[in-house]
Amino acid sequence: MSDYILEMNGITKEFTGIKALDDVNFKVERGEIHCLIGENGAGKSTLMKVLSGVYPYGTYEGDIVFEGEVQKFNEINDSVKAGIAIIYQELALFPDLTVYENIFAGNEIRKGPFVDWNETIIQASQMLKKVKLNVDPETLIKDLGVGKQQLVEIAKTLSKNVKLLILDEPTAALNENDSENLLELLKELRSQGITCIMISHKLKEVISIADKATILRDGQTVCTLDAHKGEISESVIIKNMVGREIEDIYPKRLDHQFGDTVLEINDWTAYDSQLGREVVKKADIHVKKGEIIGVAGLMGSGRTELALSIFGNPKNYKLQGGMKVQGQPVSFKHTSDAIKAGIAYVTEDRKGNGLFLIKDIKSNVTAAHLKGISARGVLNLNEEVMVGSQYKDSLHIKASSLEQIVGNLSGGNQQKVSLGKWLFTGPKILILDEPTRGIDVGAKFEIYTIMNELIKEGMSIIMISSELNEIIGMSDRIYVMAEGRITGELSKAETTQEAIMELATQ
Amino acid sequence: MSFFNEAKFLIKSNIRDYGMYIALFVIMLTFAILTDGLFMSSRNISNLLDSAGYIAVLAVGMTLIIVIRHIDLSVGFVAGFLGAVAAIFLTQIGLSVWLVIPIVLVFGIFIGLFNGFLVAKIGIPSFVATLAGMLIFRGALLNVTESTGTIIVNDDLFNSLGNGFIPSLMEVNGLHLLSLLVGLIGIILYIYSEISNRRNKAKYGFDVISPKIFIFKLVFVSFIIGYITWVLAGYNGFSWTVVIMLLVVVVYHFLSTKTVLGRNIYAVGSNPEAAHLSGINVTKITLIVFGSMGMLAALSGILFTARLQSATTTAGTLFELDAIAAAYVGGVSSAGGVGKVTGAIIGAIVMASLSSGMNLLGVGISYQYMIRGGVLAAAVIFDVMTRRQRA
Repeated sequence: MSDYILEMNGITKEFTGIKALDDVNFKVERGEIHCLIGENGAGKSTLMKVLSGVYPYGTYEGDIVFEGEVQKFNEINDSVKAGIAIIYQELALFPDLTVYENIFAGNEIRKGPFVDWNETIIQASQMLKKVKLNVDPETLIKDLGVGKQQLVEIAKTLSKNVKLLILDEPTAALNENDSENLLELLKELRSQGITCIMISHKLKEVISIADKATILRDGQTVCTLDAHKGEISESVIIKNMVGREIEDIYPKRLDHQFGDTVLEINDWTAYDSQLGREVVKKADIHVKKGEIIGVAGLMGSGRTELALSIFGNPKNYKLQGGMKVQGQPVSFKHTSDAIKAGIAYVTEDRKGNGLFLIKDIKSNVTAAHLKGISARGVLNLNEEVMVGSQYKDSLHIKASSLEQIVGNLSGGNQQKVSLGKWLFTGPKILILDEPTRGIDVGAKFEIYTIMNELIKEGMSIIMISSELNEIIGMSDRIYVMAEGRITGELSKAETTQEAIMELATQ
Repeated sequence: MSFFNEAKFLIKSNIRDYGMYIALFVIMLTFAILTDGLFMSSRNISNLLDSAGYIAVLAVGMTLIIVIRHIDLSVGFVAGFLGAVAAIFLTQIGLSVWLVIPIVLVFGIFIGLFNGFLVAKIGIPSFVATLAGMLIFRGALLNVTESTGTIIVNDDLFNSLGNGFIPSLMEVNGLHLLSLLVGLIGIILYIYSEISNRRNKAKYGFDVISPKIFIFKLVFVSFIIGYITWVLAGYNGFSWTVVIMLLVVVVYHFLSTKTVLGRNIYAVGSNPEAAHLSGINVTKITLIVFGSMGMLAALSGILFTARLQSATTTAGTLFELDAIAAAYVGGVSSAGGVGKVTGAIIGAIVMASLSSGMNLLGVGISYQYMIRGGVLAAAVIFDVMTRRQRA
């Protein structure tokens, strides 16, 4: 008889007639790392929200048995008290407070009515040791990188005597090094007896770390795989996730000739006066018509800054050097100039600065190119619906209607809306910043397919990505950045993960 | 779908939009019953709308300011000051009304642009920048009225903006003919625009509401316009204040819903960073919205001075808060990106109805403030609840 710390039996959760979860069974053994996998919209997040009490007892059907008892959580605090902690993709830290204040935020150590700061600092240091984070507890959170912030978040949950730790895409925002550290830490915690549920899109991680993996599809449990029986492999997971076989993660594309150079920057330097340093240093790149350029590099290597400095310089860097679009020297005063010149930039942070989350799909799609649906400043709202539905169909955006609020869409569909918004501007050069971050394999494949169609139509694409596989799989040519400099240019033939990492860590 | 089911569905899915109208209807009905119909008398409705006018135009501008996540506290005393400037131009310098009004409106635009400059270019929080403006223009108002005290305006043409009515052409059974014609034209335009809108949608192959509901809606709205016209025609007809108010609503409603500029304003409000990255000039939009607010503050000052037929040392006191309250009652959200111009007008009328109705009932001023505060809180609670329901 297995020792289950958690059993979720027959969980069904409906939203106004749509079954988000349909009779889901999910069992987690004590002391294992259990990965929860599924496409966007498969119901992973909903299941975890049911578990943590975001959706209170009574709003769903089925039983949650935790530590042998049926639990009736009415709010998140109830599940926290029971020993369940969730760490979301968007970290819940206070950037302007110190590490130790954050670790004990909401759980302060008291001496009488007052906070005992000395004890807090001592205990915080112990927690930091547990997560192997070597920083001064008095550092401010905003001065730490994302990877270290994640560790602080884990330290925070450990301070609350957590029994079951749930991580929602913990490595989505991390580079390879930080990701590896985190996975090591999870193994360490497992040896200390902490059970862990990890939601992840990165199959490699799942394979390297999972004891078991449960796959959800369309709100139903497909299967649970056991690593110790050798059941977990990339192909098995993908097959079960999408319900079909994907031959290759990267769609094939025919070899083709590239055209003339469409974008060129020379000796390009961007100085950030707020940070007081150069974020891009003497960069030289060129992009040809019909080419997909990969830009690789670690977090903070200046990739996004390079893109922004090209795209009308919204951060007001001090720029030096020359830029040519289709052979003509240009200098953009505003993002609108860049758009006019045929450049589009799909941001890495679609929720933060990519989309208008409270607005519907159609007004998001047209937001960057209202000229296309207006005459003399007056909008044609019917035309807008036409445009919206055209992109909804061609990009396969899954939504109940064009009036659906974008904030309620899944990550992959949001990304497609963001892409649609920029395609509607009719760009010649499309800059994609982390185009597949936090979206599932199926949606990734669709985005890659769209990219291939776009270059066939003569567009050029600059793709910034932290996923080496993606860079290698999709790019015709690769630039690698480190500390603001272009440290190397690799052709498709000479690219290996090792070659990129070597240049990225120069 | 049966008639009632569809109606129920439409109301349910648009409760946020219809909520205000229902609230206004309930408030009016309650007062009408409590005052034995006195509240709905031609004279009272006419007075009520006139007294809402100078706040309503402010509320329209304030709605857009709040939509782009700012606030303007200076508008009250800007209105007071510019009202006094108008009075001085008319009485002491002797300019004609036709010159004074555009000059004062332009002054208003410049004041608004200056606020916008402080906020958008220098980066001062709008609360602080306009708080400073509030103090400065309070001082300026006192300064220009200090030597003379209250400035009496004798210009009939100017005063008619606040008190006068559109000419009647001729009386028909004691009803105001031109007003009836205006109402009729209003109804015809409304029906025409709805029908052409529906045709257009059908042409593009979009869903339209069923014919029954459509006709019901046409009849209902036409009836409301007709009824208000009839009520007003029974007194002196449409006042100039109401005409100006309607013009402001029509223009701003069109601007905010049907133009690129309007769309950009809402985009800046819902996510300024995304707006910037979408090629929208956030600085320019901020300047335009503050400039328009300044112009409407000038208009409000003109209406108020004309209504009192004089500029006083305390004109404009607390206008800004009344305008903010009206905007929130009208459904604007402080999180930005949400709020309608038509809502602002309804909000202003709701607040004015409360004052008027309670005055008729002889409710003490102390209770009036409490009740108005309660209604403001209730409106925002309703807004928050319906939004949560939808999410």
